[in-house]
Amino acid sequence: MAEFALPKNSKLTKGKHHPAPEGAKKVKTFKVYRYDPEVDSNPRWDTYDVDVGSCGPMVLDVILHIKNTVDPTLAIRRSCREGVCGSCSVNLGGRNTLACTHAWSDVPGKEITISPLPHMPVIKDLVADLTLFFAQYESIEPWLHTDTPEPQKEWVQTPEDRGLVDGLYECIMCACCSTSCPSYWWNQEKYLGPAALLQAYRWLADSRDEARGERLDYLEDPFKLYRCHTIMNCAQVCPKGLNPAKAIASIKAMLVDRVV
Amino acid sequence: MSQVKADARGPGTAVRARPMSPHLQVWRWHVTMAASIATRVSGGALYVGLLIVVGLALSLAAGPGAYTAFAGVLGSPIGLLVLFGITVANFYHLAAGVRHLAFDSGKGFLPTTANITAWLCFGFAIVAGIAVFALALMTRS
Repeated sequence: MAEFALPKNSKLTKGKHHPAPEGAKKVKTFKVYRYDPEVDSNPRWDTYDVDVGSCGPMVLDVILHIKNTVDPTLAIRRSCREGVCGSCSVNLGGRNTLACTHAWSDVPGKEITISPLPHMPVIKDLVADLTLFFAQYESIEPWLHTDTPEPQKEWVQTPEDRGLVDGLYECIMCACCSTSCPSYWWNQEKYLGPAALLQAYRWLADSRDEARGERLDYLEDPFKLYRCHTIMNCAQVCPKGLNPAKAIASIKAMLVDRVV
Repeated sequence: MSQVKADARGPGTAVRARPMSPHLQVWRWHVTMAASIATRVSGGALYVGLLIVVGLALSLAAGPGAYTAFAGVLGSPIGLLVLFGITVANFYHLAAGVRHLAFDSGKGFLPTTANITAWLCFGFAIVAGIAVFALALMTRS
């Protein structure tokens, strides 16, 4: 049964307020989720009045500005700062996205909330534990399966067949979609979630793959696949503009196709 | 395919169990999420509606006195409010069902389309609910 409230050890307390430096011209307030695993206390909301005139336009710029000038203990995962590595995914103003490609000025509200990806165990501050998420990805075996002998050169594919994986292969596994999904929130131990299912479909749709039957057998399960209730949060938040909900519907259609 | 590893989520090295990050507490809803939960809620309301229909049939079988009493309860302001809610829920569930038929045939998955169809379901439910209710009240003897 879904638990809508946070467990006792996860309830947030009011944290510290960090005022803007003197002489700051343009100030915006950021409310940031803070959790220190080395201290035996609940997570807290710290607020930072940031001089946004002195840092870059993206939320990641703001986070790094806070880390560099106000509070070096703030933890965030980031790498490429251009939306291809999928590391800096967070919940911004109530919606999941990449901090590096999202301008703070595009987040509505007087105060901008930054919290870790929803309904996940928190390692520290904005860093969520994605171990289960990646184990689920591994379980769909995201690589080419073939029985026919290895060709002399490469596995060939027509441009049309190659086109079938457009909108699927671009996924960067940032987990914005899976952790936006209420079905995944309530059933993540059993439901594979939008990201793993989009990738499952990426291999089902690949003309070179020869394990379609086994892949579909694995997915044909009331929980692994069918917990998708087309809530659509996944497609709404995907920072790459992909559509996991549609991919999941395509898997369901394949499962119907093979019995009729 | 391999099963998801059972120990995929370790205990961590922290001094206490890892907290769960906020979800509903921070989430800013899209209309599609509201449409989804409304489908479930309206489905639940239909069970209540069915119980009322069964109650009506039972009171009818029990005789004129019981029927008059039951109809009296339904005709009271609270009874009418409940009936109106169930009427709207009925039409909403119908519209959402049609929307899901489209989903199941692989159509309507663009977020903009899904937003529009969600609003259409809400709009249809309210308009059809009011229309049916107005018609019922006008023809009441």
